[in-house]
Amino acid sequence: MKHIALLAVLLTSAATAQDAPPPLEVNVVGGTNAVTAIAVPAMPTAADAPAGLGRQVAEVIASDLRSTGLFTPLGPDGIGTYARDAASSPAYATWRSAGAAQLVAGYVEANGPDRVTIACYIHDVAAGRELTHQGFTVAATDWRRAAHKCADTVYSRLSGETGFLDTRVVYVAETGPKNNRTKRIAIMDSDGSNHRYLTLGDATVTTPRFSPTGDKLVYMTASGRRPRVMLMDVASGTTHSLIPGLVLTFAPRFSPDGRNVVFSMAKNGRTAIFTIPTAGGTPRRLTDSVGADTSPSYSPDGSRIAFESDRGGTQQLYVMNADGSNQKRISFGGGRYASPMWSPRGDLIAFTKIAGNFRIGIMSPSGGGEKILTDAWQDEEPSWAPNGRFVMFNRIRQGASGQTSLYAVDINGGDPRRLPTPQDGSDPSWSPLQR
Amino acid sequence: MRKTFTLALIAALLATGACSRKPAAVVTTPPPATTATAPTTSEDDVGLVELPGSQADLIAKAGTDTIHFATDKSDVDVPSRTILAAQAKWMMANPAVRASIEGHADERGTREYNMALGERRANAARDFLVAQGVPSARLLVTSWGKEKPLAVGSDETAWAQNRREVTVVVK
Repeated sequence: MKHIALLAVLLTSAATAQDAPPPLEVNVVGGTNAVTAIAVPAMPTAADAPAGLGRQVAEVIASDLRSTGLFTPLGPDGIGTYARDAASSPAYATWRSAGAAQLVAGYVEANGPDRVTIACYIHDVAAGRELTHQGFTVAATDWRRAAHKCADTVYSRLSGETGFLDTRVVYVAETGPKNNRTKRIAIMDSDGSNHRYLTLGDATVTTPRFSPTGDKLVYMTASGRRPRVMLMDVASGTTHSLIPGLVLTFAPRFSPDGRNVVFSMAKNGRTAIFTIPTAGGTPRRLTDSVGADTSPSYSPDGSRIAFESDRGGTQQLYVMNADGSNQKRISFGGGRYASPMWSPRGDLIAFTKIAGNFRIGIMSPSGGGEKILTDAWQDEEPSWAPNGRFVMFNRIRQGASGQTSLYAVDINGGDPRRLPTPQDGSDPSWSPLQR
Repeated sequence: MRKTFTLALIAALLATGACSRKPAAVVTTPPPATTATAPTTSEDDVGLVELPGSQADLIAKAGTDTIHFATDKSDVDVPSRTILAAQAKWMMANPAVRASIEGHADERGTREYNMALGERRANAARDFLVAQGVPSARLLVTSWGKEKPLAVGSDETAWAQNRREVTVVVK
């Protein structure tokens, strides 16, 4: 029931609309995004669908679009709605006079006893024409996902980027005093809804990371005083230890094909990088230095691995081939560099730079074009959105509270946006775009 | 599924508890029952049961169960060697117990690097204890990274307290 069925009839005409060249309504000038005013009125709701659902759908779409930093949504509060027929042929002059450059219209109707269809039309109000439309049929309880899909359609059509709003975030929820934290893995939609806990809080857990298909996690748990890498099936919550033997393992991440997990193993004062088949097996060593090699992250094509090592005296970023060969340092900017994560687009590596404070930055895989994205006392644990446009991280407040929160920042510039969580949050991992 | 797993874990913990009541000589033998009934949690169940009475005795005899480190370092300094030598003496006088040698780091490091740094510190303490005559099989090295700070401040005084190795007496 989780899968979204596209309406074939709508898809056919949408494909035609999408053949038009991508519009350039969203301008990126000097790293600052121009913001587009977009009307998101409440969608008309058919009598057979839950009353008021069209307004709730519009609220989710407006919230999603605001979170991209590229739009100022108008509505659904404070602006009028329209008749169902006007979803495809709106009164452009009305929306123009309301100050909107774009319009998201549509409608909601039942599709059988337990399913709803949400139609999503995007209009260029200034030009007075439809840009695209799509329909999404989902289980009635999954209506928020259809709203996220509509918002992704808008974002993708108007920015030229791949969507990223119909995603989930897994992170570590933290409660209790700083010197006696309870840590639980939690999962939520990327707008904070559908929040639930995946572990009980009886063991310290860190660094949950999604598999490429989003149905599994790897993470570190320290139950029984033995920190080690665990694998979890998200739907069932079942877990098992991935690495055989009594060894100290941490820093796990999946390979892009999901078949392997790369991780660190610490022994005799040295920490090295290994891989192991996700299905289980024998760890294979990739690095063997006198220092601490950790935080490995695959390139999206699986051919290379970025990691950090203090083999040269301080933490720095390195890149090697996936078999461990050709290890090369890439960070030379002064200060320490840590926790690299390779962008899903392959063109950038996000990292934590330690030079006094801890900041999130990006650089190319060859080490060029370093750009620092944040400025606070301690930002760390960068994780990419699946479209490679945003980086999520955790921001730790200085002092005895130990307060830590999740933020996301647009790599093209702008202030980081805080993601609301019920308690403190750390170690975020962004899921792939859901199907 | 979650419930089943939790029950298996409880069963495993109960089995471990049962083992811990046996004479000390058998403690180093892994409990086969837990391996058979709960393979996913068996690696916890190597008898790492804290012994508060023994811990208090170690602290009384050795002065402390904790040594400290400089920022981003794992060198065991002279005062720490004195402490570890006294801990080694206590360990040899109490052959029935083992010790979990646990390294910690302050908050001013990234999470995964600090796991490595904690292991490096614990390993340095372990090496010193072994050099003093404690059999290495009785010492289990582990790291908490920055997950378990003692002092909550964000200043050098607090960080200095948190950069530490703690010798935890276990069965």
